[in-house]
Amino acid sequence: MEKDIILKAENISKQYRLGQVGTGTLSHDLNRWWHQIRGKENPYLKIGDVNDRSTKGTSDYVWALQDINFEVERGEVLGIIGKNGAGKSTLLKILSKVTAPTTGSIKSRGRIASLLEVGTGFHGEMTGRENIYLNGAILGMTKKEITSKLDEIIEFSGCERYIDTPVKRYSSGMTVRLAFAVAAFLEPEILVIDEVLAVGDAEFQKKAIGKMQDISREGGRTVLFVSHNMAAVKQLCTKGIVMENGRVVFEGSIDAVIDEYFNEDQLANDGKRTDISNDSVGFFTRWFIRDSNLFSISSDVKENICFEFTSNEDFTNCELGLVIRNFEGKIMLGCNSRDYEGDYFDIKKGNHVFKFELILPVIDGKYEIDIALVSNNTIIDQWASETNLIVKNKFESVLDRKWRGELNLKTSFSYDELP
Amino acid sequence: MDSKNTNDWLFEITPKNKFFSLNLREVWQYRDLLLLFVKRDVITVYKQTVLGPLWYLIQPLFTSVTFTIIFNNVAGIDTGSVPPFLFNLAGITVWNYFTACLNGTSDTFKANAAIFGKVYFPRIITPLSVVISTLIKFGIQFLIFIIFYIYYYFSGANLSINSSILFFPILIVIMGIFGLGLGMLISSMVTKYRDFSNLIGFGIQLLMYLSAVMYPMELIKEKIPKYGWIVDYNPLAYVIETSRYMLLNVGNISILGLAYTFGVTIMIFFIGLLVFNKTEKSFIDTV
Repeated sequence: MEKDIILKAENISKQYRLGQVGTGTLSHDLNRWWHQIRGKENPYLKIGDVNDRSTKGTSDYVWALQDINFEVERGEVLGIIGKNGAGKSTLLKILSKVTAPTTGSIKSRGRIASLLEVGTGFHGEMTGRENIYLNGAILGMTKKEITSKLDEIIEFSGCERYIDTPVKRYSSGMTVRLAFAVAAFLEPEILVIDEVLAVGDAEFQKKAIGKMQDISREGGRTVLFVSHNMAAVKQLCTKGIVMENGRVVFEGSIDAVIDEYFNEDQLANDGKRTDISNDSVGFFTRWFIRDSNLFSISSDVKENICFEFTSNEDFTNCELGLVIRNFEGKIMLGCNSRDYEGDYFDIKKGNHVFKFELILPVIDGKYEIDIALVSNNTIIDQWASETNLIVKNKFESVLDRKWRGELNLKTSFSYDELP
Repeated sequence: MDSKNTNDWLFEITPKNKFFSLNLREVWQYRDLLLLFVKRDVITVYKQTVLGPLWYLIQPLFTSVTFTIIFNNVAGIDTGSVPPFLFNLAGITVWNYFTACLNGTSDTFKANAAIFGKVYFPRIITPLSVVISTLIKFGIQFLIFIIFYIYYYFSGANLSINSSILFFPILIVIMGIFGLGLGMLISSMVTKYRDFSNLIGFGIQLLMYLSAVMYPMELIKEKIPKYGWIVDYNPLAYVIETSRYMLLNVGNISILGLAYTFGVTIMIFFIGLLVFNKTEKSFIDTV
């Protein structure tokens, strides 16, 4: 069957000027205008660096996006992932017509509604009900449409009791619920969503993801979804693109995309700390497994996780806390040096190495290491390493990843007939 | 299926800006938003104030009193048979509508950057809603003018209405469009050069002195013939002068002047629209 392309991005690029916009732009403006009347190309389009935060560019202009091409089929849920500053939000802004691309075009066969933020245009002085109308209208609904869905929206938000109270009296969670509820009942062909799930409690996030799944599956609508929450992306999306420095570096099925994203993430993996500030009295410098440059463990083997620590003074009554999180931010293991009859310890000025011996029976993947040294109930240093702990295992399940849970423990099965 | 063929896109997002585009159909689609914005502006302005909408009245009344004391009692400007207070109140009420339109629309982009940065709707909805909600405020202020008119009428002042008052609403609409056009123009320029927002504060004040708000147009030509022409070229002066002619039957009505005002208004409006359109596509990068 021929592909039913609903949205197509062709060579989208976006250029930004760095630094202060106010200074020196008048001359650039005049120059640009002068080129324009002579029918020449914008002189500032030629220069410009790739969008990379960490290196210092040579030009004042930067390409936030460069040559973005992709197609989305009707009913597809496309996940857009990438690190901070990769250009995801800029792309969404262009898609939602908030800003124009510098070059290229986006062609669409459906109405696009965007949800770059929940509660855009909410006014604190107005009641929940009034805000539903206002927000709905801003998102492109007519008054009639909103009225017909009002009861559903209020019910979904779970704010019935407060619906005639000014929104400024709402808790932030309630505001988000109400705002998401409005957006959830939008009926565009294409819905663009940016990280809105980062707020609200776990129960509501679940509800929101469920609602979005309904939208795409039953409603047959197309969704473009940007998030750092890999669990949500994985659950929701069918296809994905990985962005880096303003370019699309990988495109494919959502599982392949997430793997790619994590692999790329691990390139600078040496366990060393990069952000040590000079004035701290004591700080972690590096972590590793056993006694080498190893950062992976097997889920069924006991290992030592070691931390190097430099202290500039003596500390008394110390304890060490370690937390290991999965990619969703859920804590897999939390332990303290005082657990199992351990006691406070003192350390002298100098370099130290701390070791936790542990076993981590979790499914394969990457885990964040977060360590803190506390002396006399004061945190001396806390460090969440950029280097992830890789957990491997040979276990092979017949199940899809999403059914396997977080633990990786060997199970066995037998059956008997009851007499 | 036809819809899958190559070139039947519903719409396209491109960097090229059409020279002129006022998508009226789109504005019409968003008419509910326009009304909701108006409603929001009206009901939220005076929330948590004690006097509420009374503030709408206090400002023009006090200004009129001040003007009457300074310009009529101290400076001795003659307003003919019309009580000076009523003369000033008429001018200020109409003038206020213009300044409210201009002030409200001239920071459209700056004040709404948060919304504009997150969601698309025809941007012109915002300044339009300002002009309409300001009209409601004008209505309330005009009501107070009528009350004073009746009061003076019954206390024996020599007042008469001109039959051309039927055209008064048109005059107000022209005033609104003028304010909208100028406001859109300035709001677009403010996004890049903040200097304009400073300019507007005292610019409006200076303009008021050139707009025959507290004196008849005749008078300035009489007193300072050398610079009287400046007022002659100010389209706003004609609107003020004409509304006084309609409401109080004083001064002159100049068809030529009104035609000139109308022409300038249309021109300003279209230039404003043009610049506004150009700005709305990329202002979020420069604001």
